[in-house]
Amino acid sequence: MNEEKTETKRKLVIPGDELGEGRAGHGTYEENGKVYSSCIGLAEEKNGILFVIPLSGIYNPKRGDGVIGKVESIIFSKWIIDINSPYEAVLSLSEATDEFIDTTKVELTKYIDYEELIFAEIMSITKTKNIQLSMRNRKCRKLRGGRIIKVTPAKVPRIIGRSGSMVEMIKEITGTQVVVGQNGIVWVKGENEEIAAEAVLEIEQKSHVSGLTDHIKAMLEKKMVGQKKQNTYVNEEKKEEEDLFEKEEEDIFEK
Amino acid sequence: MKKRKKTYLKNRVIFVDEQLIKNGIRIDGRKLDELRPIEAKVGVLKNADGSAFFRLGNTMAVAGVFGPRKVYPKHEEQAEKAILRTQYKMAPFATETRGRPGPNRRSTEISMVTRNSLLPVIFVEEYPKTAIDVHIEVLQADASTRCVGINAAALALADAGVPMRDLVSSCSAGKVNDTVVLDVAGKEDTEGELDLPIAYYPKRNQITLLQMDGIADSSEVKKIIQLAVKGCKQIYEKQKEALRSKYALEKMDDVIS
Repeated sequence: MNEEKTETKRKLVIPGDELGEGRAGHGTYEENGKVYSSCIGLAEEKNGILFVIPLSGIYNPKRGDGVIGKVESIIFSKWIIDINSPYEAVLSLSEATDEFIDTTKVELTKYIDYEELIFAEIMSITKTKNIQLSMRNRKCRKLRGGRIIKVTPAKVPRIIGRSGSMVEMIKEITGTQVVVGQNGIVWVKGENEEIAAEAVLEIEQKSHVSGLTDHIKAMLEKKMVGQKKQNTYVNEEKKEEEDLFEKEEEDIFEK
Repeated sequence: MKKRKKTYLKNRVIFVDEQLIKNGIRIDGRKLDELRPIEAKVGVLKNADGSAFFRLGNTMAVAGVFGPRKVYPKHEEQAEKAILRTQYKMAPFATETRGRPGPNRRSTEISMVTRNSLLPVIFVEEYPKTAIDVHIEVLQADASTRCVGINAAALALADAGVPMRDLVSSCSAGKVNDTVVLDVAGKEDTEGELDLPIAYYPKRNQITLLQMDGIADSSEVKKIIQLAVKGCKQIYEKQKEALRSKYALEKMDDVIS
């Protein structure tokens, strides 16, 4: 209900559309005392600040964003991470772990190897777009296995849903692990990861539809019933093995 | 006098003696200040970050935009702003005689003027150290291909989410049989006296591209430019409509089966 009310207030704007007078927020610019939109999106106003929620475009890194990245290279005591943006991010050793590591004796690949995925937070970003990542937050971790789905970064808020409702629903129904990065990369892992991935793509495609949550819920439940019929015997041994494996790897960090 | 029919889509038959303008009606049936039919579509390509198709009569072009993305080769990178790279190409089948594929003197020049005409509206300083690549492919040429290319490119840039001050609209005007006409096309282009393409930045009422091929005195040139601006304003409305319709459709897509 609440969601729909705010929806109707929003107006679709394109570059050059006048938004009125006020302070120019992101996605806008000021000229001759008036604020105009600088991208395609939905115009909104909050506390006198006019801004536009973009409907297209690449990921624009912001401080505090949780992102999923891939290790591109390792230099001395830093990992260079590709975060699906034109700018690469740096994760320094001190931000990755609390323990003392002697880089002359231990290789950093032991902790995070090339091509491996991590979920990290953007700690700082400068005007020249030097990005520093941090893994000190409890949510941040290495992502092992699973699969990634690339979506339009502008549609990430829809995938997350209101205070995480959409993601929680996917997790609950499919029983998979889902991590959504603000940079448009979604990581899923679990038995029904295929169904979860389908749901994510469905959200991306129908992101503007009202009542999306119900639609996705119906779709997921239908798929899950079909899945259960297919494999009645769940290989529990395999699952246990996986859990053990995961615990061992996590120990390296927590020691 | 018989009235001329609007047959610009079938004007393959060429009458040798025919006058280009008769009673204020042109060879393809248009009035002096009438544009050819416009068609604009946004988001036609899947793999590009942003794309658009634009048609003006028989001239049609597709534009695709990538970026902002990393700059390769690295030495082209600029520390405080994004670089805009444009590439104008004409398909071998675009003209009546087959065109040689690959860049040539003409396409290099048009790439450059396209870049210059789009640059004033883009916030290049918002994405430092990146490149925005614009590729324009002319599918069919029937005069004012650069204008159609610019129109498509402006739409594609907006579709890609590149921050812009406004769109850029472009069209041409010229002189045929000593009369000022809008949107020179077909035979008028090859046999007319003058062709003047402009690109127009509507919000600031500025011109970002002005080229001229032909001879005219200053008062005439002024008149031609004014007419071309009028045409650009019409195109601008069509561009906005096309851009809105793509995203509005997504919004209203309420049908869930």
